[in-house]
Amino acid sequence: MSIIDYVAPYDFSALTVLSYMLVLAFYGYGVLRMPEGDRPGTGRVLTFVLGVMLCYGVMQTRFDYYSQYMFFVHRGQHLILHHLGPFLIALSNPLPVMRFWYDRISPGLKGALKPVGFVYRCLQQPLIASVLFVGLIYFWLWPPIHFDAMLSRNLYWIMNWSMLLDGLLFWWLIFDPRSPALSSALGYGKRMLILALVAIPQMILGATIVFSRGMVYDVYEVCGRAWPMEPATDQLIGGLLTWIPPAMMSILGILIILRRAMHEDGKYSTRSNPLKVTTS
Amino acid sequence: MSFHFPANLRPWFKLPPLLATIFLLGGCLGDDDSWHGKDIQGLMPELAFELTGTSGETIRAVELDGQIRLLFFGFTSCPDVCPTTLQKLSQAIKAMPPEMQSQTLALFVSVDPKRDTPERLASYVEFFDKRIVGLTGDEPRLRELAKRYRTTFGYDEPDADGNYAVSHSSAVYVFDRDGKARLLIRPDLSADEIRQDLVALAGESS
Repeated sequence: MSIIDYVAPYDFSALTVLSYMLVLAFYGYGVLRMPEGDRPGTGRVLTFVLGVMLCYGVMQTRFDYYSQYMFFVHRGQHLILHHLGPFLIALSNPLPVMRFWYDRISPGLKGALKPVGFVYRCLQQPLIASVLFVGLIYFWLWPPIHFDAMLSRNLYWIMNWSMLLDGLLFWWLIFDPRSPALSSALGYGKRMLILALVAIPQMILGATIVFSRGMVYDVYEVCGRAWPMEPATDQLIGGLLTWIPPAMMSILGILIILRRAMHEDGKYSTRSNPLKVTTS
Repeated sequence: MSFHFPANLRPWFKLPPLLATIFLLGGCLGDDDSWHGKDIQGLMPELAFELTGTSGETIRAVELDGQIRLLFFGFTSCPDVCPTTLQKLSQAIKAMPPEMQSQTLALFVSVDPKRDTPERLASYVEFFDKRIVGLTGDEPRLRELAKRYRTTFGYDEPDADGNYAVSHSSAVYVFDRDGKARLLIRPDLSADEIRQDLVALAGESS
């Protein structure tokens, strides 16, 4: 197989390629045209592009082929779509680019986008965001649903896109660059609490897969594997990928938020009158 | 920084509809218990292919419309899965009422075109049943068909004698008379269970 076979999409999706091209084009144009002072640094731009390209890579290259026919590669694909890719994108703080474009869209379009904003705010309620984040993982890994998703091309695309979009929503909520002291962004304590809470059900699910004696996901058995691998090994590695890296990313996220909170400690006075210590 | 969790309970009100949606979706997508095989109606595209038959002629899926078709991928040098499955399919078809037998066709698609010539394929399928049709094609065409039904195949490294194993789907895809994808027969189903499904399928659309 030549290099082109590895880089070319296994299952070409015009919508997917177009979406990625638009995201990169809008981002690139925004970065180049925005005032010097707002412009993100090279490191942030690279982080953003890396996050986007990782997600593109697992959706529209040969990687997607292996994801369809190997359970553990599929878990790796979702690890990138739902965790690592959106994690990097949110961490790169593309907010200045989004502001740049928001300032340029017409008032009419802004009005039309109102319902989107409403849905967005609903989905970003801490409890809903957490339930959605963990719920989607459980939903697509529920054996009968997983079987159908791997058999149906449409469901497969819905699965991958829903994971990516939810990942973006969730990590954006966590890494929202606006300080909670100055805006309505979620408090740092709540962000850390969410990260810790979502890690637990993911660890339980991963461990359940790892320690299952039987075949939980037999669709890879039925539809043929990309290469002959012991089914139990495939399931074991897939389970480990569901268990350990997401838990580590929660911890990493907590550390990043903790660092940010410590930086801001005492920087902004959140109350007009400092609290007095009362003794009674 | 504040550590107290939201005082407003609004999120809770949105949770039940969300959960309900998830469960409803789950219900729609779950297994249908009336079949032994897995119901794949709506999940997969209708039967379509253009392959080479055992006499070297081109066979297209539409030419076989009006019959219930069982699509199975394999290769004639297959040591276990293919003979077992073909044996089972043959038993299941032979146990059907005679008038239904003539409306049921098993399609054995060899994904090993290098070794499986039409002649070799002919003698292989004839050994099992006359209701089994051998089909093959060049590799790109076979890849396209396999991809259409969300499966794949691969070749192992050949040994000293040039023999090699081929990995392929172990499932049988069942299409109704109109070519709609209906059932997926997992390898653990018995010949009798397959027969019951086929009879039910033949009965519903006649």
